Amino acid sequence: MSTATETHTPVPVRTPVLLRRPKKTTGFWSWFTTVDHKKIGILYACTALIFFVVGGLEALLIRLQLAQPNGNVLTASQYNQLFTMHGTTMVFLLGMPLSVAFANYLVPLMIGARDVAFPRLNAFGYFGFVLGGMFLYSSFLLGGAPNGGWFGYTPLTSTPISLGALPGRGPDFWTIGLIIVGIASTTGAINIIVTALNMRAPGMTLMRIPVFVWMMLVTAFLTLFALPIITVALIMVFFDRNFGTAFFLPTKGGDPLLYQHLFWLFGHPEVYILILPGMGVVSEVLPVFSRKPLFGYPVVVFSGIAIGFLGWGVWAHHMFTTGLGPVAISAFSLSTMLIAIPTGVKIFNWLATVYKGAVRLTTAMYFALGFIAMFTIGGLSGVSLAIVPADTQQHDSYFVVAHFHYVLFGGLVFGLFSGFYYWYPKVFGRMLNERLGKLNFWTMLVGFNLTFFPMHLLGIYGMPRRTYRYPSGFGWDTLNMIATIGGFLIAVSVLIFIVNAIVSRRRGAIAGPDPWDGRTIEWSIPSPPPEYNFVEIPEIQARDDYWHYKYTEDDDGMLVPLPSGGADNVHNAAVTRLAAAPTHPIHMPSPSFYPLLVAVALPILGYAAVFHSKWYAFVLLPIGALTLAFGVYAWAVEPATADEETH
Amino acid sequence: MTNHNTPRGRWWLVLAGLATLALAACSPNNGQNSVSPHGTNAKKIDNLILPIWGIAIVIGLIVIGGVVFVAVRYRHRPGNERPKQIRGNIPIEIAWTMVPAVILAVIAIPTVSLIFQTDATPSNPVNITVIGKQWWWQFEYPASNGQKPVQVADELHIPAGRNVDLTLKACDLSLPYGFNNGPGCNVIHSFWVPELAGKRDVVPGRDNHLTLHSDTTGTFQGQCAQYCGLSHANMRFRVIVQSPADYDAWLASQRQGPAVTLANAGDAGTLFSKTFACTNCHISENSSVSTYGPNLTHLASRSTFAGGYYALTRPQLIKWILNAPSLIPMQSKDCRKGPPGTPGATCVGMPSFTTNTPQGMPVMTEQQAGTLADYLLSLK
Repeated sequence: MSTATETHTPVPVRTPVLLRRPKKTTGFWSWFTTVDHKKIGILYACTALIFFVVGGLEALLIRLQLAQPNGNVLTASQYNQLFTMHGTTMVFLLGMPLSVAFANYLVPLMIGARDVAFPRLNAFGYFGFVLGGMFLYSSFLLGGAPNGGWFGYTPLTSTPISLGALPGRGPDFWTIGLIIVGIASTTGAINIIVTALNMRAPGMTLMRIPVFVWMMLVTAFLTLFALPIITVALIMVFFDRNFGTAFFLPTKGGDPLLYQHLFWLFGHPEVYILILPGMGVVSEVLPVFSRKPLFGYPVVVFSGIAIGFLGWGVWAHHMFTTGLGPVAISAFSLSTMLIAIPTGVKIFNWLATVYKGAVRLTTAMYFALGFIAMFTIGGLSGVSLAIVPADTQQHDSYFVVAHFHYVLFGGLVFGLFSGFYYWYPKVFGRMLNERLGKLNFWTMLVGFNLTFFPMHLLGIYGMPRRTYRYPSGFGWDTLNMIATIGGFLIAVSVLIFIVNAIVSRRRGAIAGPDPWDGRTIEWSIPSPPPEYNFVEIPEIQARDDYWHYKYTEDDDGMLVPLPSGGADNVHNAAVTRLAAAPTHPIHMPSPSFYPLLVAVALPILGYAAVFHSKWYAFVLLPIGALTLAFGVYAWAVEPATADEETH
Repeated sequence: MTNHNTPRGRWWLVLAGLATLALAACSPNNGQNSVSPHGTNAKKIDNLILPIWGIAIVIGLIVIGGVVFVAVRYRHRPGNERPKQIRGNIPIEIAWTMVPAVILAVIAIPTVSLIFQTDATPSNPVNITVIGKQWWWQFEYPASNGQKPVQVADELHIPAGRNVDLTLKACDLSLPYGFNNGPGCNVIHSFWVPELAGKRDVVPGRDNHLTLHSDTTGTFQGQCAQYCGLSHANMRFRVIVQSPADYDAWLASQRQGPAVTLANAGDAGTLFSKTFACTNCHISENSSVSTYGPNLTHLASRSTFAGGYYALTRPQLIKWILNAPSLIPMQSKDCRKGPPGTPGATCVGMPSFTTNTPQGMPVMTEQQAGTLADYLLSLK
């Protein structure tokens, strides 16, 4: 291309300029083109929290309806839509993306990387998630929301409308919407796996990466392998319903239980996809606020991996009452009990971490301790459900509703709230208000237990779930009323958090780089971190690397601050990481329109699929297909960094 | 540790015992309570799970107590800023891996044993077929000794002291349109009578089995436990356990012809078979036939109707006949086009006869509904 004398003035590489490349990295519009993992993490978190509020409002309507026997706040049809969307929202639009938000923001910071492996794919994952969620919710305006349950059992959902199954387009929106969200989650998982495995700083061996990163790595693998299974099942449901196939229709030789196998083969790993990130957060928070390293790091990590593996072998415990036969059922009963062991190990290790520590009871610590307690209750009721004969009583009763809320709310939500209080100062440079935080915690703990503990009893006393009303005189009235009151207390608690997050953004105390005396390397850089994260990629010497800049142990293993450390100049220890400005240009990936463009194509194609029998499907289909083709092509030829275009 | 914790440990034990007792003793006497078992299987389940819950409550209290203890006892204060840096302890970690494993192994043995017991085919059973419909239950007592079968809705009668082998079906193949356009063949139900036995799903395309056995007579409440569409919440039923003699008498009476034939029912007969064409979906003169709607031949011998949700009283029945979808939500918009099986009609349930009446039918008056109700209530 160029002669030796021209090496300093390279010939421009001609790339097809399809859209003028966005340059801005600040301001409102930059959020639509950003590829910065931190901005995308914030987008994920804010969007997931909006869906949390929406799903929560749905839950409040459900609780209002059930506050009294024969409630008439909602119609049966409305109730069925709301409980379907509540479950779908909390699993797919809150739980998974909020975990991804944490992973997005923190994994590169914790392993010493400047961004994720595929920055544009990351942006695409976010836009796919938000547009998929909006697609699902648009069903409320376009002929009825999904009403077949978040589990969408066939043949109820897969029977063609013409044969009198579920009315409305709900199941069509549900299948296509989840496929879109699933595509987004899959790309996110690939990104986290490649980032965590390939982008680690020198010296950051696998047995040195923080437990949170480990748990997100396991989660990402579970996501990567689980989502294809449900995607297949969803496509089969959509085809059964619309195109005359009969995968699940018994009247034409299909098998409705096949769907349950597919759904739960996805659905049970999904449970661990939701809980492992919470376990990861807690494993970071407890050591910092106990001033002790995590007790048994290898055991905690391997327990997490074991849970990830065993999680594939327990799916049929959702199907104990379907008549699988005693041999299969015994096997799944035993495998389910088995998974309690690594879970129990983690709980004991966390307790041992705090034991004999110097415990600072911050809000983050409150939530982490609350996580252990509430998750334990959920784990124990889970063992009870593994006892198959007992499960035949508790299955599909309110006992199960209590159980999985203790796992997913008491576990995941408490864990992620702990994470909010812990990492908010790193993300925004300001502290969340601790007094509001404590109020946030106690209202949530009390509200949560008021809501969900009575549900154990309701289930034991015979109340089935997914029922829009119940008759009076069954002794269920008081317990339901208590649950409803608790639900509103949770709402108050979430409101307190939102106020805290918004107010502290401007008025919170300045955090500084290391407000908690942290152990991991994200605390060694400024808050909020610069776009490039690390001026120099750190050389990692040990697990909890940053802690070793500040402390050592004496001969008895007692904590000793390093002489150069101390309260005032603790941060000088890692001074190179905090240098005010980089001494050389750092090339960061440039913003791009194409991730958004490709993501926009997905719901367009989705509408074409749902309304395939209408004329406008034939308008939407080419628009969506062309957008997709153009976006993918332009993305492929666009260099990751704008500089490369002009060189 | 253990020394000064021993009294606390006893306290927890007592508390756990009390909690378990309270759970069982203070529970409502609602006929649908899994910890108030009367059936053999329900009792076995109860005996298995109550001690396990006791253990679980103890473990739960220990862990929660532990959380509170470590947080309070080791909270940051002058003198403990420099805790010992413990990175793990392999023997302890092996121990707390093994102890839960042993506990679970101990629990697993009776669990697996009971799985096989409850799943065993019962000896010398009474056979009854249960068919889950949207949203009510049909119970079919098979033909015997040259006598025709009996179809009953909402109330299952069984003899005390006998094994009852229920065959659970979701597809009613006796209906002419049952297989290809089968309302009721579209969904999974779950048959659950908590005080008699655990639940068992009713899956289209399969025949599942469930054994009921109760030595005590009485009425027990049941309910569909698997989400089956719009009115899942209303799909209730009762199981009436009778002494063998009472049961035989009941079954014999159900095999009888109708107390009043349509021809002898006067105006009601015309209204039932012609004006409102109730006969499209119901039959009231032959208890052996399965129809789309419940068989009404001996309706008045029951105490509940409409998926077991309502008590069978004249005013309630009149409300129902006039506008059933207002009492139990049903997908009955399409019932206007014609009875189930009509091409293009995706009717699930019963139409209203006062609003959006079926095509070609007049609006029903309260008086007509009263006439029909009187007729139906005469069908002992």
